[in-house]
Amino acid sequence: MSQQRKAVALISGGLDSMLAAKVVMDQGIQVEGINFFTGFCVEGHTHAIRKKDSDKPKRNNSLWVAEQLGIKLHIIDIIEEYKQVLLNPKHGYGANMNPCLDCKIFMVNKAKQWMTEHSFDFIITGEVIGQRPMSQRKQTMPIVAAESGADDLLLRPLCAQNLPVTLAEQEGWIDRAKLFNFSGRSRKPQMALAKQYGLSDYAQPAGGCCFLTDESYSLKLVDLWRARGERDYDLDDVMLLKVGRHIRPKPHFKLIIAREDGESRFMSGYKKDFISMNCASHRGPLVLVDGKPSEDDLLLAGQILARYGQGRDAEQVDVTIRDQLGVERNIEVKPLSADQILEEWFI
Amino acid sequence: MSVAVLNVRRLLCPLPVIRTQDKVKTLKPGDVLTVECTDPGVMQDIPAWCRINGHKVLETRVDNGDYVIVLEVSG
Repeated sequence: MSQQRKAVALISGGLDSMLAAKVVMDQGIQVEGINFFTGFCVEGHTHAIRKKDSDKPKRNNSLWVAEQLGIKLHIIDIIEEYKQVLLNPKHGYGANMNPCLDCKIFMVNKAKQWMTEHSFDFIITGEVIGQRPMSQRKQTMPIVAAESGADDLLLRPLCAQNLPVTLAEQEGWIDRAKLFNFSGRSRKPQMALAKQYGLSDYAQPAGGCCFLTDESYSLKLVDLWRARGERDYDLDDVMLLKVGRHIRPKPHFKLIIAREDGESRFMSGYKKDFISMNCASHRGPLVLVDGKPSEDDLLLAGQILARYGQGRDAEQVDVTIRDQLGVERNIEVKPLSADQILEEWFI
Repeated sequence: MSVAVLNVRRLLCPLPVIRTQDKVKTLKPGDVLTVECTDPGVMQDIPAWCRINGHKVLETRVDNGDYVIVLEVSG
């Protein structure tokens, strides 16, 4: 009796990785999924925070895909290790702060480690040649395989026929003729294959799965590093860059202003870490103050905060300032007018 | 059988799932784990994770704004 071969599939929660796993499962291979959490994954977070998104499903797509496929999924926290990828990418950044090629190399390398530790035989990804401008090009596919150390252990079922034969095909565990030759940015072949498998509900493929591909998010991250004088971050930084309106009136402090109740509720969990402010005399948002503001700076912060509350047209607004120990005091401010909040303050 | 409690308040998905997964690795079949969270996404994600991995969800409830999931570890 032949040995049951096992493959670990990188499952992002999108259609391509789902199809790649399915194609290999259909050839009798036992597949388990692996999903890496960098901290920058779009999955769930902002939906959980923002009230306006509360009607959207909060499902985690990688878990959902695993359940549809009937496979186990291992979600792995790589937040700390990922810092080196983001801070020092050998292959540089994409259009924003996205180190896509280094990221893919890192994840495939981690999958190889997992594969070895768990006695699996090869690795599957949903990559397609030409699908993405940085990490999924004909020139970069061999780089991912080589620099991750996976080499011929890495099978990309959706475009395998365009690539050199891998170990799984060579050994006859996988029939190359039943793999695919997809290439380019068109989604039609994947959608046709999904239809063939009877899959109609899947995460929309065009959306990015990483905040680092987002221009606005990347600008806030770079601003954070510049203000602190060092390129470093922790998970709370990553989370707070996803919420609120970020305004930096002076280089040494910025305000994070909640845009709605959901964000206010989320940000109130950070009151012990930041000076926080809110309007006492009118309805208004919660503000966190990041940096080392002087008394004059706090007055300016109060004026900006008042602009975003219901007292924006009032002559005077009472603002509560709360330190990290919870000690409160009130100040009176005149809200800034819209044109007094300079465009260059917005991050 | 032992009973364990995991506090993952303030963490957003998928971190509560990851912490649950890591905690379950330290438990034995039949042990009961109560996970206390503030992200409503866990009400979908942790039961999904349990179904995938064969663990049994004994209870889900909202308790004073916290989302609480009680699960039994499978063999």
